[in-house]
Amino acid sequence: MIDGMLARLREIVGASGVERDPSGLPRVVPDSTEAMARLFALAHGRNWRARIEGQGTWLSSDAPADFAVSTRGLDRVVSVSPADLVATVDAGVAMGTLRRRLADDSMWLAIDPPGRPERSIGSIVAAGTAGPLRQGFGPVRDHVLGLSVVTGDGRVVRAGGRVVKNVAGYDLGKLQIGGFGGFGVITELNLRLRALPRADQTLIARASRDHLTSVGRDLTEARLALQALELFSPAIAAEPDWILAARIMGTEDGVAAEARRLTSASSLLWQQLPVERASSFWHLSARAVLGGAVTLRLGVLQPGLDDSLDMLAATLDEGLITAGAGSAGGIRWSGEARIDALRALRRTAASREIPMTLERAPWAIRQQLGHFGAYREGVGALVSRLRETFDPGLLLSVALEGDGDAR
Amino acid sequence: MKESLLTGLAAIVGPRWVRHRRAELATYTMDGLPTHESWPGVVVIPGSRHELIDVMKALHASKTPFVARGAGTGLSGGALAEGNAVLVALTRLNHILSVDPASRRAVVEPGVVNARLSEAVLPYGLQYVPDPSSQTACTIGGNVAENAGGPHCLKAGVTTNHVTDLEIILPDGSLARLGSTHGDAWGPDLVGLFVGSEGMFGIACSITVRLEPIPPAVRTMLADFPGIRAASEAVSAIIASGIVPAALEMMDQSCVQAVEASIYAAGYPTDAAAVLLVELDGQPEGVAAEHAVVEPLLRAHGARHVLTAESAADRARLWQGRKKAFGAMGRIAPDLVVQDAVVPRSALPDVLDRISEIRDRYALHISNVFHAGDGNLHPNISFDRRNLELASRVREASREIMTVCVAAGGSITGEHGVGNDKLDYMPLIFDAETLGAMQATRRVFDPGERANPGKVVPIHACREWCASPAARGNGRQQHGSLAEVAHD
Repeated sequence: MIDGMLARLREIVGASGVERDPSGLPRVVPDSTEAMARLFALAHGRNWRARIEGQGTWLSSDAPADFAVSTRGLDRVVSVSPADLVATVDAGVAMGTLRRRLADDSMWLAIDPPGRPERSIGSIVAAGTAGPLRQGFGPVRDHVLGLSVVTGDGRVVRAGGRVVKNVAGYDLGKLQIGGFGGFGVITELNLRLRALPRADQTLIARASRDHLTSVGRDLTEARLALQALELFSPAIAAEPDWILAARIMGTEDGVAAEARRLTSASSLLWQQLPVERASSFWHLSARAVLGGAVTLRLGVLQPGLDDSLDMLAATLDEGLITAGAGSAGGIRWSGEARIDALRALRRTAASREIPMTLERAPWAIRQQLGHFGAYREGVGALVSRLRETFDPGLLLSVALEGDGDAR
Repeated sequence: MKESLLTGLAAIVGPRWVRHRRAELATYTMDGLPTHESWPGVVVIPGSRHELIDVMKALHASKTPFVARGAGTGLSGGALAEGNAVLVALTRLNHILSVDPASRRAVVEPGVVNARLSEAVLPYGLQYVPDPSSQTACTIGGNVAENAGGPHCLKAGVTTNHVTDLEIILPDGSLARLGSTHGDAWGPDLVGLFVGSEGMFGIACSITVRLEPIPPAVRTMLADFPGIRAASEAVSAIIASGIVPAALEMMDQSCVQAVEASIYAAGYPTDAAAVLLVELDGQPEGVAAEHAVVEPLLRAHGARHVLTAESAADRARLWQGRKKAFGAMGRIAPDLVVQDAVVPRSALPDVLDRISEIRDRYALHISNVFHAGDGNLHPNISFDRRNLELASRVREASREIMTVCVAAGGSITGEHGVGNDKLDYMPLIFDAETLGAMQATRRVFDPGERANPGKVVPIHACREWCASPAARGNGRQQHGSLAEVAHD
């Protein structure tokens, strides 16, 4: 059977576009949106279940499937427009590659997602994983102007556009951003860029967790213009104490003045990091999140930070944690955890109106818990119908809801 | 309209709040766009969330189409209802339900007027940023439906960037809670999907918005230029410098002259071909540093004068002219079509040239006042709709302008929505498959297609998407509610 399947797949993407993964599963590597569409139309007709992969650095490639499809072949930076601050890129382009390409034109994409530089932009958008810069530049969705997606039955939907403001039609792109691939495979993205700031300064301070969250509140109250204000646990910072890191961007004079305000607005001893060290600090902390097999995020605002960190420590551990100490809030935890403990955390968080999103975990956990778990009133039925609309055979092997939560 | 439905609605909201006599309905036959008129069958004005839910259930039971309406300031004919439809006016649901300064969130009913929210949170040093020109009248619910923008959305984003949590009533009368206070949802981003759906997915009855601190320093500049092209190039230079102003607005000579001749006169130079209003905000030192970059850029691109507002009163005066520009244009002709399109910012100079050429060819009076920083054009055509030949030229010129903007890589609307006005333009920017996806998505929320029928998606241009079994009402997969998970 598998030979026939391989033959059909090769007809779609050519012999070089089909390989076998370590377990022998056919892995297809289309090099265009159109090829991806033909592949999914075929798979839908044959009832083949698909696992979506990017560069393979974020989610483990273990979802059960008849074949895997990788976005690695979608690797072009299609266009970059410095005058309009817009780029069109294939979903398989690695974040590090994109960063370097944009820097050539003195531009950047103002996101700093967790993971390795090899992580694909499609993975970042599909999982909606924002990093510390969400404080200053918003979540991932704020950086996507438009996208192409191939649905589970091989249709191509082109949502949004290439301009920075656009309300034509329903905003279908939002369903895909943070949709974990449950509504299709993102193949191409139009991204909103920014000119590289003239100055970019990072300052860090060390103290106890409670002291640092309290400083975070004071700084928010003082309305400092910080692009990031992130708390790092000792394990993630590889330091004996918790660390609070602030990032300030803008003109040289503006940044210098804000740094002065930062140091005078709190009793902490702030240390300014030299440019090279600042860069490696942020990169290493982004990678450190991969230290555990499970990564999750909690949607919590600053006033609830202390309680939520206590809840995490009590339910899981105080290991690899980053948390937004500014107005944006948000906590990310990474580590090893049993399903029961994760379920208990989700339940406790839900009772406090805090959503817990499972960002990455082995399939056994994803399957049981789901990326989202259960929903609020009325949402489950809508999500089910949306999935059946964008993946009519439910052939995309993605666990948005856990088996344990389904009724 | 069936008598039994009228009686049923009156029983829910009280007879006083059901309007069906022709004189009563006249108010609701138009929105802010004078080219479309439609008489609703009946207008119902619920006074509470419970009444609204009961109204929706009654409409569902009788399979009656409905249109939600806020203040009626929309500019795309989106809140117009045909005779067989019930217009649900939300203006009595106008309570600010809560304000949480520490979390920077407010929860409001849909009928709360935009500017009232900012006034209410001012004592906390906070503001609600999206500020459509109609903000003294338009409602947050309407803003959510249209994904409204405004001058200050350049830096801080439009409505969708400021809504975190929605309680919606689906067309069948059931409730759904989308998003979360934080913004990170229990599930896919249905808030993002709902915002801008133009009332076709249901009605938001409770809206949680993000509040932002009022910046400690604001500097507003007025630069005047001898040519529109020079002004457009100055815009591109500012954007390319890496500085994102809080607002970056342009007005052409026609607009400036209309403003200066009106009671909203702001002191704009009437001999300038174009003026730019540039606002920087943030901490004092940062604003001063940005000012030191922006002012020379404006001059280098040909600004004759750059005036910086010295006081809050000066600043308010400069803004008054911009915000009331549409009103001032009432002096030019009885009717005004406020067009709305977006182009890549680098295309602004060429597209503005093309609009001038279209204006001359059709012998029309077009004034440009727009959000230059994000390429969101508003070519406004003054006319008299009683002159049918002129009205026809307005339609043709509008279509040509849209075609030019789309050819430049733009969009047919940046903040006013599609409504029924731009239905025919949708295939210019979306293929049949994508339009089909929109229609299929709408059917997920509204399988009966009763919510604001006939708007946004041109059905004839859609490729067919089969409705899923669940969308046909045979949902096979249901999930536990949050409450169940929290307590099981």
